[in-house]
Amino acid sequence: MKTFWCSHLKDEPNAGANALELRIDSKTYLSADGKPIEVIRGLALRLEAGSFGAIMGPSGCGKTTLLRIAAGLDPEFRGMRCVPPSQRLGVVFQEPRLLPWRTVEENIRLVLPAAEQGIDLAALIDTLGLASHMAHYPGELSLGLARRVAIARALAVRPTLLLLDEPFVSLDEVTATQLRQEVAALTQRERITTLCVTHDLDEAIQLADHVFILSNRPAAIVLDRRLASDELARNGSEVRSIREELRNALAGSNGAMSSPEA
Amino acid sequence: MARLLSIIALVIVWATAAALVHSRMLPGPLTVAADIVTETANGDLPYQMACTLARVIVSFAIALVLGAFAGFAMGRWKRVDRYGDPWLVVLLNLPALVTIIFAYIWIGLTESAAILAVALNKLPNVVVVLREGTRALDPGLDEMAQAFRLNGRARVRHVVIPQLVPYFAAASRSGLSIAWKIVLVAELIGRPNGVGFVLGSAFSLFDLTRILSYALTFIALMLTVENLLVQPLERRAQRWRQRA
Repeated sequence: MKTFWCSHLKDEPNAGANALELRIDSKTYLSADGKPIEVIRGLALRLEAGSFGAIMGPSGCGKTTLLRIAAGLDPEFRGMRCVPPSQRLGVVFQEPRLLPWRTVEENIRLVLPAAEQGIDLAALIDTLGLASHMAHYPGELSLGLARRVAIARALAVRPTLLLLDEPFVSLDEVTATQLRQEVAALTQRERITTLCVTHDLDEAIQLADHVFILSNRPAAIVLDRRLASDELARNGSEVRSIREELRNALAGSNGAMSSPEA
Repeated sequence: MARLLSIIALVIVWATAAALVHSRMLPGPLTVAADIVTETANGDLPYQMACTLARVIVSFAIALVLGAFAGFAMGRWKRVDRYGDPWLVVLLNLPALVTIIFAYIWIGLTESAAILAVALNKLPNVVVVLREGTRALDPGLDEMAQAFRLNGRARVRHVVIPQLVPYFAAASRSGLSIAWKIVLVAELIGRPNGVGFVLGSAFSLFDLTRILSYALTFIALMLTVENLLVQPLERRAQRWRQRA
């Protein structure tokens, strides 16, 4: 298996504009009985700098695997991963993954480089509503607050690439909506390239300007749909038509799951 | 309160039995207490205690440091575990006395031989506990540290060691209580000082008062170490649990 780390993208068309480019020819896992299971095959994904991509697809199709590869956490695949050399990565996992023995503030500052330990995080903390919880331990927080801390930690590093793995799942609707708006505002304002795994169609339409729909295993992109911001702003019928298009693509990829060939 | 009452009851039973038997084979609590005072006043008891305590601390510290590294490596990498496990099984089943005898024969009746023998005896227990602790490390936190590019030092300090604290505490608690017993054997066989040496001399004179005064004082000392050092350190390291 070969992986490539591209230090620059000058040979690629629109190279300077891409913050993430993935080409996964094949990604396999070994099952418990030692048989290889191909999770992803022939997947190519490109995300322009400052854009917000949403990944959708059937449960267990390999979305999280794709995100782990994008994060550089899984180098065991055939293909290539290209990111700019100056990339700063922020990740929000499905679970908050906070250190229970560190306070909220310590958890956030832990990921900062030594030279940036003194930076003022007040604006970020205020935006995410964490000001009164900085001295708390994660065990004292609700799941919603813990997710906010995980998001704050990912944003504190001032990422150029932000990877979100179902960050709003299992939150109540009010909290989820509020957090979505906060994340959308922050990523737009800071022009952070973002890739977000989600199961929520409305969430994808609300946040993303690029939606990738994956097929069932071995996953490949069955729909690569750009959403222009003015397209969404036009009227409700446009949004309904996009939702319908994405829903159909998702239904198709889900349908493949029940197919014996899949 | 229940613990205090239980200890008082034990002392009463001991005093009653000693009064009934009325023999130097079973000295009473007051006789033993008087011997402790005498030995403390002439400085012999504190000196012998200090010798033994120093051996316990040094040998256990060596076992804890080496055992932590070995246990971590065996818990982290299967290949290391496959190679190291047979050695571990041999060391776990090697009687303490055999290790002590070999150390004295090969190295001589020296301080380093005694300390090495005790450290080798405790090492496998520490390895086993820390190997389990390493296997139980949360892979999600490890991945988080990797994703945020935490350097090796920060990962060990902030992610790995806090997860291993309960295992260090368990290894220290069981280790200290056994280490001092092994130190006494090493002193009995081949050292010119320490509680084990005194117990050996007292045994040859059938001086049960001296044996009890030294043994009880050392038990009290080890309980003090447990209560004033091990437990507070453990509580400090685990204070986040109390608030969670």
